[in-house]
Amino acid sequence: MSAIRTSKLKKTFDEVVAVDDLTITVTEGEIFGLVGPDGAGKTTTMRLLTAIMEPTSGDAWVAGFHVVKEAEAIKERIGYMSQKFGLYPDLSVMENINFYADIYGVPRKGRSKRIDELLAFSNLTPFKQRLAGNLSGGMKQKLGLACALIHTPKVLFLDEPTNGVDPVSRRDFWRILYQLLREKVTIFVSTAYLDEAERCNRLGLIYKGQILALGTPDEVKQIMPGAILEIRVADSRKAYQLLKKELREESVGLFGERIHIVTRDPQKVESEAAKILQDAGIDASAPRPIEPSLEDVFVSVLAEQERSEQAR
Amino acid sequence: MKLYRTWAVARKEYLHIIRDPRSLGMGIVIPVILLLLFGYALSLDVDNVPTVVWDQSESQVSRDFLSGFQGSPYFSIVKFVHGYGEVDRAINSAEALAALIIPRDFAQLIEAGRAAPVQLIVDGSDSDTADTAIGYAETVAQSFSQQVAVREVQRKTGRTLDLPLDYRPRTWYNEDMESKNYIVPGLIAVIMMVIAALLTSLTIAREWERGTMEQLISTPVKGPELILGKLFPYFTIGMFDVLLAVLMGEFLFDVPLRGSVPLLFGMAAVFLVGALSLGILISVVTKSQLLASQLAMVLTFLPSFLLSGFMYAISNMPQPIQIITYVIPATYFVSLLKGIYLKGVGLEVMAIQAGLLGAFGVVMVILANDKFKKKLE
Repeated sequence: MSAIRTSKLKKTFDEVVAVDDLTITVTEGEIFGLVGPDGAGKTTTMRLLTAIMEPTSGDAWVAGFHVVKEAEAIKERIGYMSQKFGLYPDLSVMENINFYADIYGVPRKGRSKRIDELLAFSNLTPFKQRLAGNLSGGMKQKLGLACALIHTPKVLFLDEPTNGVDPVSRRDFWRILYQLLREKVTIFVSTAYLDEAERCNRLGLIYKGQILALGTPDEVKQIMPGAILEIRVADSRKAYQLLKKELREESVGLFGERIHIVTRDPQKVESEAAKILQDAGIDASAPRPIEPSLEDVFVSVLAEQERSEQAR
Repeated sequence: MKLYRTWAVARKEYLHIIRDPRSLGMGIVIPVILLLLFGYALSLDVDNVPTVVWDQSESQVSRDFLSGFQGSPYFSIVKFVHGYGEVDRAINSAEALAALIIPRDFAQLIEAGRAAPVQLIVDGSDSDTADTAIGYAETVAQSFSQQVAVREVQRKTGRTLDLPLDYRPRTWYNEDMESKNYIVPGLIAVIMMVIAALLTSLTIAREWERGTMEQLISTPVKGPELILGKLFPYFTIGMFDVLLAVLMGEFLFDVPLRGSVPLLFGMAAVFLVGALSLGILISVVTKSQLLASQLAMVLTFLPSFLLSGFMYAISNMPQPIQIITYVIPATYFVSLLKGIYLKGVGLEVMAIQAGLLGAFGVVMVILANDKFKKKLE
């Protein structure tokens, strides 16, 4: 059974189309990542699926309930962590958790055990009495997660949960998410970080409200138009400028000491690039095809999209 | 609607209040200050009108006439002057608000049994005081005329004259005509209206501004649970304010409380539900703390202050304005409080006011619930 299913889900604000005919399915028990740049429609999608915003048209079902007709039934079964810290800074960690436990009607019996568990795996136990406003960014996120999990939801929605959080806290956060999968929680997470996208079971690349790619990280990498050639070179800046000038047809990117050339014709470009560098007397490794990272895929897919829009 | 969720919201709101000294200050200190300020400063009594006298007659008769003014609590003769120039200066410099001018031939005219003209000049730039001073002066002059007439008849006929009319005015409910006795009960109504609306006007808007509302509307909490839960702690503060105000009226202002105390608090409770819900409604509609507090102030303070019958009698207002006063809830609470305080009457005569106050509460609660949506725009 699918935890989330949408069909031509659409949301427009006046003239702007924020979410455009979104059709996706998220299977129970997986981590689904909604990946895209700022303003792509990630937050609007979250709000439509958590039934706190009405779609302009289309349908969506979460945990088997319709987001418009059965909004309240959905709210009983989901946990949601909005992008902006949504808890009360003037209440302590325990007061925030207890408030949400009361709101969700978590039975008194077994409640303290559940709270202890949540505090323990989010490492918040020593900070029980601290005011939420005095927590660090990473701890705030974990408290938000604890509050969203207090009633053991079926589907967890996380809107850019690690935005602005330090790398160590981000790693901790993802460790917690993996633990949740064992409890059969479906996780729908949005992110602009591609290393996080890589950790999802499946992901959708969203741009200007439309899904451009959908699948496992490996499947998504397959949609890469053409291939990537990598060249390692000490004086990478000079080589980069040169290749960019000579290879006008291709997309050339600079990553530290590495240069990536995205091309549809790798054989031809491989020899061309080697010749250009040799002629210029630059000492470089021979160009070799590499497996694209998600970042490469997204950059090229987005560039492709922009080009086709401009052409139209 | 689930009681445990309402209760959870109430407890959370209570924590917000005790953690934020400003909201406590606004809820308790400001009403007390307002009551002190208005209770002491706002006196509508006209007494000791400073008066200058130009007595050109300087006779026994004119001194008799003046003693009527000297003995009155309403006038205070500050100076004897000689000439209109001095009268002019005294009134211009606000040394005096009234001037009494007795002509040179005052005594002769009276003794000859003819009408003696007496001039009263009042400062019309304070027209309320001027009106009242003229009224008081007329009374003093009338009674002096009567005395003279009675004496004249007695001298001519040798027997006492009984006046055909024995006029005995008596003021009920506020025997000494002290304005504080009707100002303080009305003031409680006005202050409660303003403070109650102001307190709750911030609550919902604050959650929208801070982003905590987005989290909250993704939970199963229902609109009525949220609104009632938020009302509860502020209702407690409001009732505490009423208690403080009643105690201040009793011990500080010596306002007689003749009616039923439970009825007073019961009506205050009904009124508070309406005023607090109005604040919530404003908060729900504006979603902005600044806008909400300003709107709450404008919608409550001026109408309650000017049009509720607290300061000015509604019966003296022009017809269109009188109609407006009917939609101002403080109107009913002011008249209920005055009734309970000064007249000692109960629901047997004020059922309509009480009913309308209840209707206001019900309408506000319904509107606030109806306008609150668990959705983002």
